[in-house]
Amino acid sequence: MITIRALSKSFGDNEVLRSIDLDVAEREVVCIIGPSGSGKSTFLRCVNRLEEPTSGSITVDGVEVCNSKCNLDAVRTSMGMVFQQFNLFPHKTALGNVTLAPISVLKLDRAEAERRGREMLERVGLAHKADMHPSQLSGGQQQRVAIARALAMQPKVMLFDEATSALDPELVGEVLQVMRDLAGSGMTMMVVTHEMGFARDVADRVVFMDGGVIVEQGTPEAILGNPQQERTKAFLSRTRT
Amino acid sequence: MMAAPMILAGVGDEFFNGRILREMLPGIVTEAMRNTVVYTVFAFSAGIVLGLLLALARISRRWWLRTFAATFIDTIRGLPALLVIVIIGYGFPIAYKGVTGNFWRWPFGSFGSKYLPGCFSLSLVAAAYMAESIRAGIEAVPRGQMEAARSLGMTQGKAMRKVILPQAFRIIIPPLTNELAALFKDTSLIAVLGVGVGGREILQYARTFSNATGKTTPLVAGGIAYLVITIPLLQLVSYLDRRAKRGTR
Repeated sequence: MITIRALSKSFGDNEVLRSIDLDVAEREVVCIIGPSGSGKSTFLRCVNRLEEPTSGSITVDGVEVCNSKCNLDAVRTSMGMVFQQFNLFPHKTALGNVTLAPISVLKLDRAEAERRGREMLERVGLAHKADMHPSQLSGGQQQRVAIARALAMQPKVMLFDEATSALDPELVGEVLQVMRDLAGSGMTMMVVTHEMGFARDVADRVVFMDGGVIVEQGTPEAILGNPQQERTKAFLSRTRT
Repeated sequence: MMAAPMILAGVGDEFFNGRILREMLPGIVTEAMRNTVVYTVFAFSAGIVLGLLLALARISRRWWLRTFAATFIDTIRGLPALLVIVIIGYGFPIAYKGVTGNFWRWPFGSFGSKYLPGCFSLSLVAAAYMAESIRAGIEAVPRGQMEAARSLGMTQGKAMRKVILPQAFRIIIPPLTNELAALFKDTSLIAVLGVGVGGREILQYARTFSNATGKTTPLVAGGIAYLVITIPLLQLVSYLDRRAKRGTR
């Protein structure tokens, strides 16, 4: 589904990503963990080119994303993204957030978009909040609306960029549950996260990044239970609570 | 002891002469205030459209658009508005007289020759100032909004129209209302162009009477005519500011 080869990204002299290779299969859930500043968020943002890679290639569902001839907007409709800060549109209701792109990008008529939108809100357990504005929702509810907004485009891949990092601890669970259900339904997912429990339970594969490279990767048991690299061991011993 | 009433009577005769005030009615409303409003509404509408285009050009990814917009905005803002109005209002009609007969009359008929020189030059001034307010509003919308919109497959333009600008305009309503009040006063600069009877705004109308009577009363009347509009506008600005600070929608 996703093939990444020799992906590098520099901000000026600062090399954030150094020649990363990664494949993600259809229906696979890949969790990317690592210390802050390891480049994992930048890596994820390169996949839908919110960050422009300095070099390398990314293929999503057979489309070369870094090609200048690629219709980036079309590719992005097949990749949903969920942000740390939710980034809901504050001037729209929950339903308005969920229907905006289906109407304006996919050209669905309003009734069809709203039907699909309500279905997606139902899926994240917020059908009853359809007419609320983001400011009237809790952080956890906002993030679930953001997930519904991405799902309404019927993407083939979902990218999660530290989706629970900005939430109060008691609100993390409800968002993780939605992500769990999504993984269970067979969605292909790339998840940058600090939630080791989630990675252990849900991931098919865990990727540990540090210093702009993939240090090691494997099954959750292998990486979280029996890491081989010193840097992985050091990171996990620091995060263990 | 006798001096105080005499001074007061003198002040009344010079500044608040009832006979002259009555003479100015109803023209001060039907001609002067009406034209000031027409100039303001025209320049504000044109200014907001042109200002939006300039603001978008100012933050464009194309360097030549950015340079053009920044140069235009800084030039107009760096010049006295009066000079801009004089250059355009006097200069263009003379320069193009041979081409079109009358530069301002040509596309708009008699309306054009009466109002356009003032309106056009005032619009440019308004656009330059509003462009900066609009740009500040666009930049006040968090970066994540554009990223979220783009990640959903919206083009840059669509994201701007559907996501960024609706939020930006909410932010800039108070400064734009302030701009409107400033523009209302700046219409007085058009007086230097010497528009004929029927097209006079408040200041020119008042000066005509002041010159004829040799009294200050018409100018005071003109001042009152401005205040009738600007004081409620400024109250509105501070109300909008307070509401914006409370952070309600």
